[in-house]
Amino acid sequence: MTTQTPMDKTTDTTKVSTAPATPIIPLPHAAARALTVAGSALALIGTFLAWTWTDEFPGNLTVTGYPGGLQVLTLVGALLTLLFALSGYGIRGLGWLTPGGKNSPVLLAALGVFGTTGYAMGAISQELGGLVNLEPGAWVSGIGALVAVIGALGLPVDQPYGAQDPTPNLWGRIRHSLTAPEPSRAKDLPSWVEILIIAAGFGVGLYVFAYGIGTEYSELFIGFLIVTAFGFTAVTRAGLLKRLSALTAKHRNVAMAAAFVAAICFPFTQTNDQFALIGANILIFATVALGLNVVVGLAGLLDLGYVAFLGVGAYAAALVSGSPQSSIGVEFPFWAAVLTGAAASLIFGVVIGAPTLRLRGDYLAIVTLGFGEIFRITMNNLNGNSGPDVTNGSNGIPNIPDLEIFGFNLGLPHNVLGTELTRSGNYYLLMLLCTAIVVLVFRRSAESRIGRAWVAIREDETAATAMGINGFRLKLLAFALGASLAGLAGTVQAHVSYSVTPEQYQFAGSVPPNSAFLLAAVILGGMGTISGPLIGAALLYLIPAKLQFMAEYQLLLFGIALMLLMRYRPEGLVADRRKQLEFHETGQLDVPEDKPLPEGATGVAKAGA
Amino acid sequence: MTTTTTAPTSTTVLDATGVTMRFGGLTAVRDVNLTVNTGEIVGLIGPNGAGKTTFFNCLTGLYVPTEGKVAYKGTVLPPKPHLVTQAGIARTFQNIRLFANMTVLENVLVGRHTRTKEGLWSALLRLPGFKKAEEESRARAMELLEFTGLAAKADHLARNLPYGEQRKLEIARALASEPGLLLLDEPTAGMNPQETRAAEELIFAIRDKGIAVLVIEHDIRFIMNLCDRVAVLVQGEKIVEGPAEVVQSDERVIAAYLGTPFEGAPGKEEAAEVEAAEAEAQSTTEGDDK
Repeated sequence: MTTQTPMDKTTDTTKVSTAPATPIIPLPHAAARALTVAGSALALIGTFLAWTWTDEFPGNLTVTGYPGGLQVLTLVGALLTLLFALSGYGIRGLGWLTPGGKNSPVLLAALGVFGTTGYAMGAISQELGGLVNLEPGAWVSGIGALVAVIGALGLPVDQPYGAQDPTPNLWGRIRHSLTAPEPSRAKDLPSWVEILIIAAGFGVGLYVFAYGIGTEYSELFIGFLIVTAFGFTAVTRAGLLKRLSALTAKHRNVAMAAAFVAAICFPFTQTNDQFALIGANILIFATVALGLNVVVGLAGLLDLGYVAFLGVGAYAAALVSGSPQSSIGVEFPFWAAVLTGAAASLIFGVVIGAPTLRLRGDYLAIVTLGFGEIFRITMNNLNGNSGPDVTNGSNGIPNIPDLEIFGFNLGLPHNVLGTELTRSGNYYLLMLLCTAIVVLVFRRSAESRIGRAWVAIREDETAATAMGINGFRLKLLAFALGASLAGLAGTVQAHVSYSVTPEQYQFAGSVPPNSAFLLAAVILGGMGTISGPLIGAALLYLIPAKLQFMAEYQLLLFGIALMLLMRYRPEGLVADRRKQLEFHETGQLDVPEDKPLPEGATGVAKAGA
Repeated sequence: MTTTTTAPTSTTVLDATGVTMRFGGLTAVRDVNLTVNTGEIVGLIGPNGAGKTTFFNCLTGLYVPTEGKVAYKGTVLPPKPHLVTQAGIARTFQNIRLFANMTVLENVLVGRHTRTKEGLWSALLRLPGFKKAEEESRARAMELLEFTGLAAKADHLARNLPYGEQRKLEIARALASEPGLLLLDEPTAGMNPQETRAAEELIFAIRDKGIAVLVIEHDIRFIMNLCDRVAVLVQGEKIVEGPAEVVQSDERVIAAYLGTPFEGAPGKEEAAEVEAAEAEAQSTTEGDDK
């Protein structure tokens, strides 16, 4: 261990953090850091020992020298803590890890380790009946994690207390110790290095995501959530995320390509067809959420019945799919089915939008909610009894055949580059193509005259019309575009899920996508952004899918999570470029406005001349 | 700055005849006629609640006037705000209505909406004309920001601008639609004298670009400096119209703002009488108390 670094370096780091703010646990700085390093190292070593005696607890934690299951999570977390803590020593080569906060990432990572280790110990003793089932390895890791947290609490705080609250109470101090200053501007690297960094960033992202989908039991998934939540925050506080996003903003097309390459790689990392199916379903959900983001995020139209458009697309595709239960009995090639689905949704969108878009705000929300339900009930009633037989009522249209594109049957596994691509993998890739199209449509329309008009309508409709924008026409355009994007996703969804039934398209239900979850994905992820709804949808799909045991409380927990998010991060997980500007500029407002008048005067003089 | 009145060989830009606006039983604007000629700055003044903003809303299509018609350069305007803007009338609002969460540049670009044609397909497929049109719009918008002195703040959010600059941005946004007539609704409300001076200069500069201006204002000095002609609206009716000096000394205008003097100002005797009566009343009440 490299705890013995020269003293002047340690004092140097103390000086950097200019800490009039005392740490929560008053320890000498050197001791606190040594304690953190030792604790995280101990936790790391513990993961190589056995945690329990029997493999009845999932993941087999009985092997010495080979971490498995929850141990891996503790291992990763402890490694992260160790690296951040060592970076604070100013060790050459580790400084890049903490361009922003120096000590709050350590604390956050240590808390993550403590959380997941503590959770693992609790789960073991609860499931196997008592603390006796814990082997020494678990205690080593647990105590190590605790020591690391205590040490991290003793580290000086990254930034002095704010002027408005110079002496916060204990809770305020704890919260403050988790904040960190923004990183300074990175120095320019050669662009190939920057591109490599972006690629590595997306690689890590893909790995974490694939790991999360691949977690086989709920204990592992909860541990995963704890470690990623804390680890992600730690990385953010360290300023690494800011650096990465600065890079992606600089090389936008490269970053987008990297993201898609990472997404394409996903099915090749999955050996289990079930997990690839989860991936495909997440993509469907995310694509529809992104379509909804056009309507809600850009044009500001609150649509509570959006899932109906997905349903229209799916039903249209099912009817022309050649399913024996389809009342039409024709079989369109895929491209024609896609066009049919998108066109049907488009027409449905215009038909619903034309009368309702004259309403504003809450009234529009209520009416769209009503239309969403009307769609479902109508599909239920077109069963030959209470209406013409089109959709088989509540039985829906089953036995939708698999797609065949250019002789490539998506229903059969294929061997690509030595890896077997399963049926779900095939559909995942097809869906990814749809997602790419929707991303492209979103991005291009948002950055155009039309997109600006949508945002203007969202901001102030009266002023927008006074600027010459035909409000009704543009709102209808947004509605129709959003509808056809959902219809596009619906055509693939019909084939992925083999059957379409009215019950898939509810306002609120336990299985996404439904209107409530779609809206939640947009709001949680960040309105008006591309990555926001994708991330939001992934989280909202994965969490219920992986935590089956809390299905009863799912909506309750979901509601609580949403409220907490709205309280602490109302702009969503991914902030809009405009929101970022807002934060960026609040600092500037404090600067006294020294010369607004001369500026104006020169401007006028120039124009007058 | 020059305040010379323009040549009389000007053509009519705005011609409002018999504009009446009723909300149920309330007549907010009654039979108002107003013309604005090219190169003119016309002021519209009146006490609070006189119907000035309502009249503006009738002109710009936000309200459909109950009676009367509004013509711009000879063609009668349809009562739809976006069509009015397209025809060539732009406006600002009394309570600033910027697109708060858009950048300064984007605000002006939105103003360009009617003067550009690129539709959704063009944006999605990036058709040949798209990039050129975007660049042109940007260049034009930056020009206007230069003109109003906001170019340095193009990337700031509109909401973060100081008050005076928000007013300027509203004007820049309105100018982006390349109007022939600009309607300003209290452009100097809440400004200090220096800022008001700057606003004056800006409006003259706009006039010099060949854009007629109709301005609502409460600051009489501002109106006097600025306007070639002033119309006074009181309780929905136009009572006077004419050059600023004439209007200023018109007794109906003074009456509207300050109230009419009491019928036969109280003479000395009357004052003494009142005083005596009051003294008596006081003594009697004191007596009652005892």
